[in-house]
Order: sequence, then structure tokens, then C-alpha cells
Amino acid sequence: MRLSGISLNNLRRRKGKMVFLTLGLFIGVATVVTMFSITQAMKADTERKLDQYGANIVITPKSNDLALVYGDIAIPGVTYDVKELKQEDADAILTIKNKENIATVAPKLLGAADVEGKQVLLVGVNFPSEIRLKRWWDIQGREPEGPNDVLLGHLAAEKLRKSSGDSINIGETEYTVAGVLKEIGSQDDSLIYGDLRTVQRNLGKEGKLSLIEVSALCSTCPIEEIVSQITEKLPGAKVSALRQAVMAREQTIEQLGNFSLAVSVVVLLIGALIVLTTMMSSVNERTREIGIFRAIGFRKSHVMTIILFEALAVSSLGGLLGWIGGMLASSLIAPRLAQLTVGVQWDPLLGIAAIVLAIFVGMGSSVYPAVRASNLDPAEALRSI
Amino acid sequence: MALIEATGLTKQYNTNGVPVEALRNASLSIDAGEFIALMGPSGSGKSTLLSILGAMNPPTSGKLIVDTISVYDLTVEMRADFRHEYLGFVFQQLQLIPYLSAVENTMLPLAITRRSHKEQTDMAIWALERVGLADKAARLPDQLSGGEQGRVAIARAIVNEPPILLADEPTGSLDSRTGQEVMDLFKSLNEGGLTLIMVTHNPENAPFASRVVQIRDGCMIEGVGALR
Repeated sequence: MRLSGISLNNLRRRKGKMVFLTLGLFIGVATVVTMFSITQAMKADTERKLDQYGANIVITPKSNDLALVYGDIAIPGVTYDVKELKQEDADAILTIKNKENIATVAPKLLGAADVEGKQVLLVGVNFPSEIRLKRWWDIQGREPEGPNDVLLGHLAAEKLRKSSGDSINIGETEYTVAGVLKEIGSQDDSLIYGDLRTVQRNLGKEGKLSLIEVSALCSTCPIEEIVSQITEKLPGAKVSALRQAVMAREQTIEQLGNFSLAVSVVVLLIGALIVLTTMMSSVNERTREIGIFRAIGFRKSHVMTIILFEALAVSSLGGLLGWIGGMLASSLIAPRLAQLTVGVQWDPLLGIAAIVLAIFVGMGSSVYPAVRASNLDPAEALRSI
Repeated sequence: MALIEATGLTKQYNTNGVPVEALRNASLSIDAGEFIALMGPSGSGKSTLLSILGAMNPPTSGKLIVDTISVYDLTVEMRADFRHEYLGFVFQQLQLIPYLSAVENTMLPLAITRRSHKEQTDMAIWALERVGLADKAARLPDQLSGGEQGRVAIARAIVNEPPILLADEPTGSLDSRTGQEVMDLFKSLNEGGLTLIMVTHNPENAPFASRVVQIRDGCMIEGVGALR
């Protein structure tokens, strides 16, 4: 017989206590695993949604001349015709090391155009990319299909008195208003969006771009890394991460993480308390038994080994069951509650971490009862001898 | 030279701040192979003396030498090793571990040795054979009679062949017939060379001892028991 045999025999005898201890750790670990899994899935889901929500990288020509403002971004070269990006630059973005993180590349050419006697800012875009990038666009009419279809911003349509289906002359070319954007409250309201190639030809800037907006999925890499890789590919361009978008995403994820951590810590503390009180009561119940161990020559370390081995066995079981329970809960219930589109992943590493966590909590909470047990005076414990 | 040499043992407890002397200047010399019965009324100090002789209760003053070892000069952990090597205990109420079978209870002192499981089992079966209980090795304590539990407790005390066996009221919880069986077993072990020190208040047990030591009010009054 080994000391571990004494521990296991005791656990077998005290089934109720063992179930209670295991349950305490099971609930703690299952909660942590559920919170962690959901948070991870929510992180992935949030990142995906946030990344899809808009551009988080803007590429402009390297220049100190500020001629035009688009949103909060200064665009050089529109008025003074300094230098533009090229179509090849947009293609080069898809050749960076982290190209799989690039969700959308939306190149643009900006220029002032005479529209039926009025000066309006004309933006040449790749419509499929642009519409994918700007999920908030609500088009009244239809999406542009042909090279001569345009979209009008809400204010531009008002100013020009145009609606979807109307014809519009930009320069010497006639276009069709495919749709009008509902009021957004940004500069988009004042713009006319046309097909990139058509606008390039119209402005006499074939193959040239004013800026490129990029939507990067950054769940697996920091945005700074993507910015650095694009800068390397496009040495003549200025690549900027939109800190506001990045920070908003980071803040959301951080809040989720903090919430999950807080709940996990509270539940684990409760689990630890359950283990501590149960082990303490177990030690108190076994005072005489521990006295016998000490009387027949067990060292303090032997008594501690018996108590801690019990904690190890129960913690391992609680951790394993907690992982399975937590994963089942997060896989079956949480996606429905949280309406996640990203599934929860069964990660064996999380299982190992759950067991290690349970052992850490279980054994950590058992150290004090074990020390108390080992310090029992055998004569006091037995009293009768 | 005596196997056990106790000199001037005094034990004082503090009860609610009031010092109470449980044992007063007790000296005792026990040779190897002796069977000592410590007798006296309840509260006389005999159990205190036994716990001091059992290396579990440091005296307030005095010295205990066992086989040239000054027991209370050892550290707490070394005293645990000493108990393991030199002493076997039969406790009052027998104190078997309820979730361990007879053979597991018997091999309990071997659990902290490096002996293999087979070696431990062989030794435990040998000890159970000596007390005539090998056929009930697999039974749990609550599946054994009082006398059988007493014999398991004795098997546990002798399994690693200590030179000294200490017993505290070993027949206290047994009926007279099973008490008699246990005492016969003690006698037989003593005849095999085991030094036995037994606390009892039952005068019927005294004749089994080679020497009776009377204790009253913490003071030792030595006497001689009749051999049966």
C-alpha cells in the first residue's frame, strides 16, 4: 500500500464529500471554460464584425501637400496633381505576408468635376469592394452595375435634384443614377460615386488612385504588423492605421475579457472556498485517524501527501469534468444566447489548462488544511493514549 | 543495560492558566522482554506516562532513553521515525481505519517504507497469521467482531517487528471473553521476546504482566505482578 492508496480509499469511503468537492471544482472550472470559450468566440465574432464594418487602414501618397480632406484623412494631389497611387499598388497589397488577413481593398480616385454647371466631388470606386466595406450604406434604388452607373450622396442628390433612374451629365459623359444613399451624416452625403475606371478616364488619370482603403481582419495579428508589411510593399505611400477603429475594437474586446475575468475569478474563489471548507471539515473529522498515522510513525510530509493527493485526485476529476461541461455549455447554449456566428472550438489545450487550473485551485485550497493536519499533535489527536 | 530508561519524568499541563501536574518525577527502568502493566485509577497519570514513553508527548522535565537514544532530544520528525522503528501501538478503542480492510490496516505502518506491495502484503499476512486472522484479511473493520478488531490492531502494531509494543486499555472496549483472547495474545507475543507496556485499570489483566507499576495522583508506586 502506498500513501496514494490511503487517499483513494478515503475518497471511496467518503463519496458524498468527494462528490461535493468535485462539484465545487466542476462548477468553477465549467464556468471559467464557458466564459473563456464564449469570450474567445465573441472576440472572434466581434473582430470579424468590426473588421467588416469599415476600413481600418488607409493608404495615401507620401506628400506634405494637403489639398483635400476626405473624412478625417488629408488627401494630397487632388488639386495640385502631385502624385497618385497606381492600380498596381492596390494589387500589391494582396501580396503581403498576412494577405489572408486582408478582407477588402477599396481603391479610390477623387477629383472635382463639373456636373451640370455645379462643382461636385467625384469619387471613382470599385463598387463591389466599396459596398462590402461600407455596410452602413443604404441605397435607395439599385446597386450600380454598368460602367456609367453612379451613386449620389444624399446632399449631392438634393443639390442636383436627381433621384434614382435619372440621367446625369458629368463633364461630357452621360451617366445613370443607379441609386441615392440615405443620409449618413458624413462627407459621403456630398459625393458622387462612379465606377473607378470610368472616373479615371473622365478625369484623365487612367490607372491612378488617390487613396486606398483597406479592411484587415486582425484577430490573428496586430494591425501594426499589417501596416508595416504594406509599407514595405509600397515605399512611396503613407500607410496609416485608423486608431479610432482599432481602439474601439480593442476596447470592446478588452471589456469582454475583463468581464469574463471578473466572473471567472469570483466563481473560482467560490470554488476554492468550497474546497477549503470541505477539506477543513474533512481534516477535523479525521483528527483521530491523523493521530494514528502520526503515532505509528508517519512524518508530517506523509500526512500532507495523503491530504494533497486526495485534493489532486478530486481536482483532476473536477477539472476534466469542468472542461467537458464548460465546452458543452458554451457549444450548446451560449451561441444561442449570444447569437454568435463564430462557433466554439473544442481545444484540447484548454482542457489541459482547465485541469491544471482545477489542480491549482484544489491543491492551493488544500494546503492550509494539509498543513493543519500534519501539525496535529499525535497525543492531542488521540487523547486516549 | 535497560531497554527503556525513564528518569524524573514530570508533565505539567496548563488548564485555564492553572498548572496541573499529571505526572510527578516518574522514573522507570524496563528491560527488553518485560511485560509491564501500568495500573491506576482514572486521571492518575498512567496514560500521560504511556504517551511520554510512546515518544508523542514531551515531558516538562526528565529524560527518556530508549536503546541509548535520548528520545526527546530528537526533532519532531526524527521522533516520528523513532516511533516507526521502535514502537508498535494498540490504541484504546483499537482505532482501526474504517475504510481499509484488515490486511490494509495491518500494512499501514509499511505504507511509508520502500517495500513493494507484495512484500507489504506478505508481511501483513504474516502478522495476521500470528494473531490468527489471516482468513479474514479482506474484511473491513465493521465486518469483524470486537475481538477480531483487537487482533487486527495487534497485527498492525507488530507488522514491522518493533521491539516495543505500547497498549492503552486494549481490552477496555471488549467483553471479558474477547478481552481474555487479546491478553493471551499479548502474553504469547511477550514470550516471543516483545517488550510490552500496557495501561489498564482492569485488575484481571495484571497477572499477565511480569511487573505491575501502580500510579496514583501522578506518582509512581512500583509493584511486582504475578506471572500466569
